[in-house]
Amino acid sequence: MAFLSKKSQTVLKDPLMNNNPITLQVLGICSALAVTVKVDTAVIMTLAVIFVLSMSNTLISLIRNFIPARVRIIIQLAVIASLVILCDQVLRAYMYDMSKQLSVFVGLIITNCIVMGRAEAFAMQNKPGQAFLDGVGNALGYGIILIAVSVFREILGSGTLYGFQVIPTAFYESGYVNNGLMVLSPGAFIILGLIIWIQRTVYDVEEK
Amino acid sequence: MQQSNSYTLIFTGIVTVILGFLLSIAATSLKEQQELNVAIDIKRNILRSLDFQESQDELWTTEIIQTLFDSNIVSFVIDETGKIVDGMNVEDIDTKSNSMLAPVYCKKREGKEIEGYAIPISGKGLWSTLYGYFALEADGMTVKGIKFYKHGETPGLGGEVDKEWFTQNFIGKRIVDEEGNFVGIQVVRGKVDESSKNAYHQVDGISGATMTSKGLNNFLMNDLQKYEPFFKRIRTNASI
Repeated sequence: MAFLSKKSQTVLKDPLMNNNPITLQVLGICSALAVTVKVDTAVIMTLAVIFVLSMSNTLISLIRNFIPARVRIIIQLAVIASLVILCDQVLRAYMYDMSKQLSVFVGLIITNCIVMGRAEAFAMQNKPGQAFLDGVGNALGYGIILIAVSVFREILGSGTLYGFQVIPTAFYESGYVNNGLMVLSPGAFIILGLIIWIQRTVYDVEEK
Repeated sequence: MQQSNSYTLIFTGIVTVILGFLLSIAATSLKEQQELNVAIDIKRNILRSLDFQESQDELWTTEIIQTLFDSNIVSFVIDETGKIVDGMNVEDIDTKSNSMLAPVYCKKREGKEIEGYAIPISGKGLWSTLYGYFALEADGMTVKGIKFYKHGETPGLGGEVDKEWFTQNFIGKRIVDEEGNFVGIQVVRGKVDESSKNAYHQVDGISGATMTSKGLNNFLMNDLQKYEPFFKRIRTNASI
């Protein structure tokens, strides 16, 4: 990453761990619960969020000096919503099977607080290049947690990983059963809570 | 910095127009591909419900689906008495007004005997309307298969309706009892008790998806009842 300046590197890397949008800012929890039952949906969701967040940050940053202050939230939302619809349409045309699985959740990226949060908090004050990196960084930070949660939920809840059986059938024969709680939303809350706890302990974060 | 009202209005207007324009371009240019996907997916599901298997080394492409469908599936329209309506194609059914007319897709390998009938099923689950195909064997009472192609149920819970493990349970079940009376198919809570005398028309439910199963039971019953005159004719060898 030598071609990026120190500041750009921080912008890109900070949200991955030190300032992760899910575990430290506790944003975007809704979708982290909804699409993490299986790893493959979590991966596609991450890609969709990377696209939407980086593009929305860049576009909003490009027009940041022209956006009237009183309607800025509406303008941000209009840009974000358009990108999400575009993403949904493309998925429907070229990744039909995946779009069927994600169903409504692609559309719900619009309501993901991270997207609007970054537009308002970062893109409105920074240059497009930085805003783009911030978007990619935050989306990746979101995606890492999403995929981490989904790995636990899929293994414990369905006994598979990325669709492949990982828990040997011998286990089931000797009485092991998949944990049904992991397939439901509370399972995601528990996993997410544990991840947040571990990360905050490791990085020694304190609520101010 | 506080901008004037007219600036705000003009800016908002311009942004709206640009975004609206871009979205309509995207929507119209992708529409054809999307509709093709949906149409092919419908055919794929009719084929699957009628027991055509997609093999691992030869995945179904658009062309394969098209050829398989054209050479093996015969479709016709039936009325409320279960008789075939002459000279009418399934595409001609106006789903809104002619609710009594219904399409049937019949598996008929190039001029040979009939191997099964597929009918469309749809209805409310928990969050969404489910759409799929339900197929019976040529005897008009044994389930050949069931496939869903569109739904918005929770992935991992109600969304499991389109998974193999669930749909596999339907195969071989019967929609009529021993006396030949129509009973339909029932999704139960948990596992089917194989020793029960009702097991012949019951299938395992999805844990955590009680409402989806309930909805499925309801609309499957409705749709099967609608087609009952037709299947009754098949079972009794009456003319169709």
